[in-house]
Amino acid sequence: MALLEYEALNIALPGMARPVLDGIDLTVAAGEIVALVGESGSGKSVTARAALGLFPAGADIEGHVRVDGTDLVSADATGLRTIRTAKASMIFQDPRAGINPVRRIGDFLTESLRVSHGWAKDRANARAAELLAAVGLPDPARHLRQYPHQLSGGMLQRVMIAGALTTEPRLLLCDEPTTALDVSTQAEIMAILGRLQRERDLGLLLITHDIELAAAACDRVYVMYAGRIVETAPTAELFAAPRHPYTAGLLGSSPPLSAPNGPPARLTPIPGAPMGLLDSAPGCSFAARCRFARPGVCDQSPPPLERHGTALVACHRADDLTSVPDALAATATAPNSPHMEDG
Amino acid sequence: MSRAATRALGVLRRLAGMAATLLATSFLVFSSLYLAPGDPASFLVRGRSASPQELAEIRRQYGFDQPFLVQYGHWLDNVLHGDFGRSYLFHQDVSSVLWSRLPATLLLIGVSALLIAVVGIAAGMVGALRRGTRTDSVLMLLVTVGAAAPAFVAALLLRSVFGVRLGWFPTIGNGTGVLDRLHHIVLPAVALSVTFMALVTRVTRSSMLEELGREHVEVAMSRGTPRWTVIRRHVLRNALGPIVTVSALLISGMLVSTSIVETAFGMSGVGSLLVQSVNQMDFQVVQAIVLLVVAAFVVLNALVDIVHPLIDPRVAAAGSAR
Amino acid sequence: MSVQIAGVKRGPAARLRALGGGWLQNLCLLLLVLFVLVSVFAPWLAPQDPTYGDLGSGLVGPSAEHWLGTDQGGHDTFSALIEGSRTSLVGPLAVVLFSTVTGIAVGLFTAWRGGWADTVIGRLLDVVFAFPALLVAILAVAIFGKGMTAPVIAMSLAYMPYTARLVRGLALQEQARPYIAAYRVQGHSGVFVAVRRLLPNIGPTVLAQSTVNFGYALLDLAALSFLGLGVQPPTPDWGAMINQSQAAVLQGQPLSSTVPAVAVVLVVVAFNVVGENFGDRLAGRDS
Repeated sequence: MALLEYEALNIALPGMARPVLDGIDLTVAAGEIVALVGESGSGKSVTARAALGLFPAGADIEGHVRVDGTDLVSADATGLRTIRTAKASMIFQDPRAGINPVRRIGDFLTESLRVSHGWAKDRANARAAELLAAVGLPDPARHLRQYPHQLSGGMLQRVMIAGALTTEPRLLLCDEPTTALDVSTQAEIMAILGRLQRERDLGLLLITHDIELAAAACDRVYVMYAGRIVETAPTAELFAAPRHPYTAGLLGSSPPLSAPNGPPARLTPIPGAPMGLLDSAPGCSFAARCRFARPGVCDQSPPPLERHGTALVACHRADDLTSVPDALAATATAPNSPHMEDG
Repeated sequence: MSRAATRALGVLRRLAGMAATLLATSFLVFSSLYLAPGDPASFLVRGRSASPQELAEIRRQYGFDQPFLVQYGHWLDNVLHGDFGRSYLFHQDVSSVLWSRLPATLLLIGVSALLIAVVGIAAGMVGALRRGTRTDSVLMLLVTVGAAAPAFVAALLLRSVFGVRLGWFPTIGNGTGVLDRLHHIVLPAVALSVTFMALVTRVTRSSMLEELGREHVEVAMSRGTPRWTVIRRHVLRNALGPIVTVSALLISGMLVSTSIVETAFGMSGVGSLLVQSVNQMDFQVVQAIVLLVVAAFVVLNALVDIVHPLIDPRVAAAGSAR
Repeated sequence: MSVQIAGVKRGPAARLRALGGGWLQNLCLLLLVLFVLVSVFAPWLAPQDPTYGDLGSGLVGPSAEHWLGTDQGGHDTFSALIEGSRTSLVGPLAVVLFSTVTGIAVGLFTAWRGGWADTVIGRLLDVVFAFPALLVAILAVAIFGKGMTAPVIAMSLAYMPYTARLVRGLALQEQARPYIAAYRVQGHSGVFVAVRRLLPNIGPTVLAQSTVNFGYALLDLAALSFLGLGVQPPTPDWGAMINQSQAAVLQGQPLSSTVPAVAVVLVVVAFNVVGENFGDRLAGRDS
């Protein structure tokens, strides 16, 4: 049984043209690192929050999200609390906003242990200090007494990580854990997360817009667009041969992390803008921005997620487009026309 | 410099500022006497027949023949020793007149403040937690009307309904004995509270709504901390700042409004004394009460500034960075 | 961007539409228009002379002759209500006009000059802040005697710091925007830029604040008259009407005091709602 399992999860908000999440299927096994990649507004944060039963207010929810076998869509208050207090934790994007500014760091770290697990103050403090040391903060005893504004962003994100680990969860959800930090700190935070994941054999779902970060850290990658999973594959395969034009577009528009010596690679932006919640398309959501979209095919019905080798791809043209990057390169040099390869 | 020393320096600086403001306000209150048309000595004995000898005695006593600043210094010195001059109406020292009236007014303010804090904060919480519901709409309508309902209108309504029509509460006087006093103070306290309750409700509601939308609240919820614990420890706790900040303005407003409420309910207190003294041209008493109300505001405001960093450590950081 | 917005001229009809909003807002706006019209045309609207007391018909209930009954002195309550709207309009209007004009001047000056002038005036405003408006009005009566002139002037001073601080804050914000620098670079004088270019941009927000202030000034002046220190009988005034009808309330005849009380609350609610909605909308526009 997977540690975290999404099964056809739909989340719809009233008044919106399309669902926020549309049939999400995703699994994270114990000890596995999985990335969920997508642009802002694609629904990846909503997906992550659903794993803790944090659904948008007023939303219609169908399908299932199971953590350790408990379905959070149908769970009662006790079930929700068990998941949140013992099984899964979340690391949020901006530690400056995510830690109460008027309470001490120690308070943030021990709250869950003391309130939900009934630990005595000294015991909880000792655990908190231990964890602060584990995330590499120099002076745990002092930090416990400090307020958030006295620490840097990188230090605070370490505090956030320590806070997520106090209750020894088996599943860690990381929602853009490095986006709010400066570049040099990002690598440190990722290194700490990687080490803790290995040491504690955590299942980890990394939400990020940075596909290169996902490549560096994760076993498997899910790519999300406009509320749907469009492609998933083991990391190596996905990077070697992306099957979905959107995945290829993401790869082509971000600079490679480990660029070989030589002239820097040319970056090709994906034309157009991500689809908002007030837009919908009858067919493939990405068709409007896709160079390979074929009228009469791609705009008819949403493509199902189908197996192609080791990957699952949701694209009407997955069969005939064997190498998307090469096709992309070919169209990029040609005069700018979205339906070029059809002619 | 250590944090404690920085903090102490900040407090000292704020106290010095308070002293300067107090000095300036006292100067204004003192000088107001000289705005009166004509001779200050005869102004003080307006409406009473005073012989030339009496006038001369007053001039000598107040030092009206001395330079202005010397008079001020003399007056300030007396005030600091608790001597506010003499009431020509009561033929007593102003301070002893004030002392005799103060307990009733303090009781009124105390009961009202309690009412305002409890009802105002509770209503504000309900509004914020039930945002957008019918309860919230009704509450906001009440707040809008309450903020516009002056104490004299509230007094009128309460006396008419609960005093005259239903006869539950007395409509006039202070009462004697503990229970009777409390019985007498119910309607005045409610009348005094209405406007300020509306203000506190509104401040609490908007402050809580702001905090409810913060990410750290979601983080706490995501850890399975019970809802009421999150509200108490993270929402209400963080929303306290603005509530404490308005409290000085609030108490100063209440002090002034006691003049309306005590007059409306025929109570004997400092507020009704102020109105009575204006009517009877007992200027020394008016001056003393104005000075006390203004000083109360200045001191409370300084107190709020000193307490605020304890509620929100970021304020302390901003203060020491200056 | 800001320069363009500053240059947009809107017709009066568009301005009125911009003021409109929810039903509460529109109702309150209507109430304010009614209030102003009634107070302007009061002498023609009042069916009877409110200063004439027919002692034979004191405290009578509503009738064809006295729509809202009479008070204990036999004065027609409806006529007193209509005539009393005048003092309720004129007093607060004077307070708001004076405090707004001086507040704008002080606020612009301190924001523009900065430095020690700003610091000193800021400290002085703190001192004035410590004096609640009603208290200053009472002190003014104690010095200059009963009536409206002295309290109105005194209250104008007490309300001034609110406007001055608002204007100073807005002006500092606005000064940081590029269009002000652009005007300065073009060689326009500081006073010209402040008054002709900056003021129109912050004007609506100040107007919203002044609208709310009007309501509070009305409350303070009505309270003063209620205390018997403001408008003196037989001049009709809402606060004074409530004061004089207190004995009637104790006799179980609250109508003659309830009528002006309701009028005070309604008008103040209307001013608050209109002013705050207007201000909220402006804040929304800026963000």
